[in-house]
Amino acid sequence: MSGVQLKRLLVALNRIKQHGYVSICKQSTAVEPKKEPEKVEVFVDGKSVHVEPNTTVLQACAVAGVEIPRYCYHERLSIAGNCRMCLVEIEKTPKPVASCAMPVMKGMRILTDSPLTKKAREGVMEFLLVNHPLDCPICDQGGECDLQDQSMAFGSDRSRFTDNEFSGKRSVEDKNIGPLVKTSMNRCIQCTRCIRFGNEVAGVSDLGSTGRGSDMVIGTYVERLFMSELSGNVIDLCPVGALTSKPYAFTARPWELRKTESIDVMDALGSNIVVNTRGGDVLRVIPRINEEVNEEWISDKTRFAYDGLKRQRLTAPMLKNRDGFLVPCDWEDALSVVAERIGQAESGAKMAALAGRFCDAEGLITLKDFMNQLGCETVCVEEPFPNAGASIDLRSNYLFNGTIVGIEHADLVLLIGTNPRYEAPVLNARIRKAWTHNDLQVAVIGPKIDLTYSYEHLGDNTNVINELMSGKHAFSKVCHHGDRGAQLADAILPGAAYTEKRGIYANTEGRAQQTYLATTPPGKAREDWKIVRALAEVCGVSLNYNDLDGVRSRIEQIAPNLTRLNSVEEANYFKQNIELLKQHKTSFNNQPLVPPINSLKEFYMTDSISRASMTMAKCVKAAEQQTKSPHQN
Amino acid sequence: MLSSFTNLSRVGVPRLIITRSIFFRDKKSDSLPPEPFKSSVPPHIEKQQQKALDEYKANEDPSLKCYVNISDPIPSLDMYQTTKRGLQVLLWTDMLKGVMIALGWLLREPTTINYPFEKGPLSPRFRGEHALRRYTSGEERCIACKLCEVICPAQAITIEAEERADGSRRTTRYDIDMTKCIYCGFCQEACPVDAIVEGPNFEYSTETREELLYNKEKLLQNGDKWEAEIAANIQADYLYR
Repeated sequence: MSGVQLKRLLVALNRIKQHGYVSICKQSTAVEPKKEPEKVEVFVDGKSVHVEPNTTVLQACAVAGVEIPRYCYHERLSIAGNCRMCLVEIEKTPKPVASCAMPVMKGMRILTDSPLTKKAREGVMEFLLVNHPLDCPICDQGGECDLQDQSMAFGSDRSRFTDNEFSGKRSVEDKNIGPLVKTSMNRCIQCTRCIRFGNEVAGVSDLGSTGRGSDMVIGTYVERLFMSELSGNVIDLCPVGALTSKPYAFTARPWELRKTESIDVMDALGSNIVVNTRGGDVLRVIPRINEEVNEEWISDKTRFAYDGLKRQRLTAPMLKNRDGFLVPCDWEDALSVVAERIGQAESGAKMAALAGRFCDAEGLITLKDFMNQLGCETVCVEEPFPNAGASIDLRSNYLFNGTIVGIEHADLVLLIGTNPRYEAPVLNARIRKAWTHNDLQVAVIGPKIDLTYSYEHLGDNTNVINELMSGKHAFSKVCHHGDRGAQLADAILPGAAYTEKRGIYANTEGRAQQTYLATTPPGKAREDWKIVRALAEVCGVSLNYNDLDGVRSRIEQIAPNLTRLNSVEEANYFKQNIELLKQHKTSFNNQPLVPPINSLKEFYMTDSISRASMTMAKCVKAAEQQTKSPHQN
Repeated sequence: MLSSFTNLSRVGVPRLIITRSIFFRDKKSDSLPPEPFKSSVPPHIEKQQQKALDEYKANEDPSLKCYVNISDPIPSLDMYQTTKRGLQVLLWTDMLKGVMIALGWLLREPTTINYPFEKGPLSPRFRGEHALRRYTSGEERCIACKLCEVICPAQAITIEAEERADGSRRTTRYDIDMTKCIYCGFCQEACPVDAIVEGPNFEYSTETREELLYNKEKLLQNGDKWEAEIAANIQADYLYR
């Protein structure tokens, strides 16, 4: 829904743009020919590099290929300079300097491997480990911990600090900040990455610090939920094991996981993810960096709804028996019964195919080919798409205007009847980033909502696009989760979920990306296109492709943009589209626009996978309790 | 008896076993053949041997120069030696010597032990059957850090873990496939809490393979059963760990 809403808003935005209602909306400003600032030459360990002025010493070292150890510094967060791990020696300075906060100066000679630098790092490590518990064996970060790695690389093998042999190490009470993030505050080294993430990226100032010196404590001041739809990202940000994943707690070690790079389908952004599996179980989902899509964030639903992939799955084909109960059966029986029922339909016009939100391009193309060959033109999707004019035949009607990266160059973003905070949280973070750094103007048509940034509210009433109706004679259903729809079906053909197949998915900006097989489909479940292909065979309809490559080349014939993975093609035929749309002026009416997801509670459960997820259920409960709590924002 | 005589007659016949010398070509002078293996032959026999060798060398076919004689020495045929050999056969002196050796060992302390009832000494580092230990409070030591699982070169250990109700990290499954295990002891070296140990027990043979697939329950049972010995072994070895 998120994606569709976004699409819808941007379609509307597009139209408004084309009709000239809003003339100020431009994707890119006219760039004045700016003079390139002169580059600064610095020397990293004697090697000369040219960097832009205002870069930091740490970045200059990165350009020279020298990685400086760091805890508090993070590329996407503001500079704090409080961990002191990035100390380096610079010639002609009396003391080592924190490289993350030091801007480069002309002719600077940075020594990253000098005895002084080494001594400084060793000293900082010694200080950090004074109060860090030696609980690596029970810590979930063990094996992928920055503190572990860097103390191996830069630390000493013993400490000169012996006081805590008598007094013990500092202990801090663990905070309960919700069902997703587990805290173990003894391990915290006060890098404040999580605080900065909450304040800057997520726009939720729930986390903060109290006390100073060795009494400094990270927390939420009063016990409350970390009310962010991006809260899971602090797990990746935390360089130690202070913030770890609650659902994944203690289940596996990083070295025993098989990592499959894939694409998320929980929202229309198509975030790049890495699916971590062990023995056929998805154990966790972590983000993969793609600057053009999700940077390195993913939403909580993307990260934590994976346990829904194991529960309530349809593992065998099912047929409704005489008593009206669905009973498991063989593929042969199921396919022949469905084929029989298809044969009973007098003409293709009496049939309809309805595709759900998790369908990949392969499944859709096979289904459409199959239905068209049967003489049926009613192939619909569950999601409401604009159906006026050229409908979804033209990509300009459902695609995001411009690209996701384009938001950072935009002057104004107009949101119509949508709540990107919950429909595409990572996109919202991107808007917030542009709002923070580029003075992006945001305007909203729809109800007043908390978007984590300020916006101009233009009203909650506008011409709404009529929603696409759903199909009439749907009697069979290819799905992977036994959800609401499954009960209505006469026959169930179990399909594979997005972690269980290679499938192409297009995101909201029209970028086609591919998922990979991380686990095998449960039981007798199969890929969607294989099911439809088999069904076509039983029905005596010939579809001339037998393997994935065949399906892909068929997609190439119809929609070549879907097979060019990881590239965005701009929508086109705007003129013709507007002509077509003008004939449908009547479809605008004056209903209030209500975004489908308006609160964090609703965000957690939006589809069959997240509804089957225990973690998401816990989140809903926690969010509900938080709204009743006296400690509101 | 007859066979002894035939033996004697065989000994009496000088035999030359000639083998090719591999050293021959390395030597600069061909006058000195490589020294044969020094045996404990009595000097007089050696003398005869040398004599026979010299004799042989005198009439040696030059084409056979690369061969060395390693045959038994030619027995002496003088009166004393012949009589001695004859008496040795007739009076069974060898047999008597053998009996005396057997008698001597009979009176000494036996080197074997009566195994099921007696057992040999074991080092505190002995690596026998695995056991999972507990703390004195009864709490299991294992914290599911999975270091033993990852170090196991035979990949015999399988661990699954989750959060226990009280929030502590514990295993839900700890299996050792004792048929895969190579008893290297890496698991007990990797263990940060001395939970998995290879105890002193080596008598756990089973009739089926399945019985050797140990689960957590079995391992904890082993731990309870052998705790005294294991604790004593760890105590005995702590200086070296």
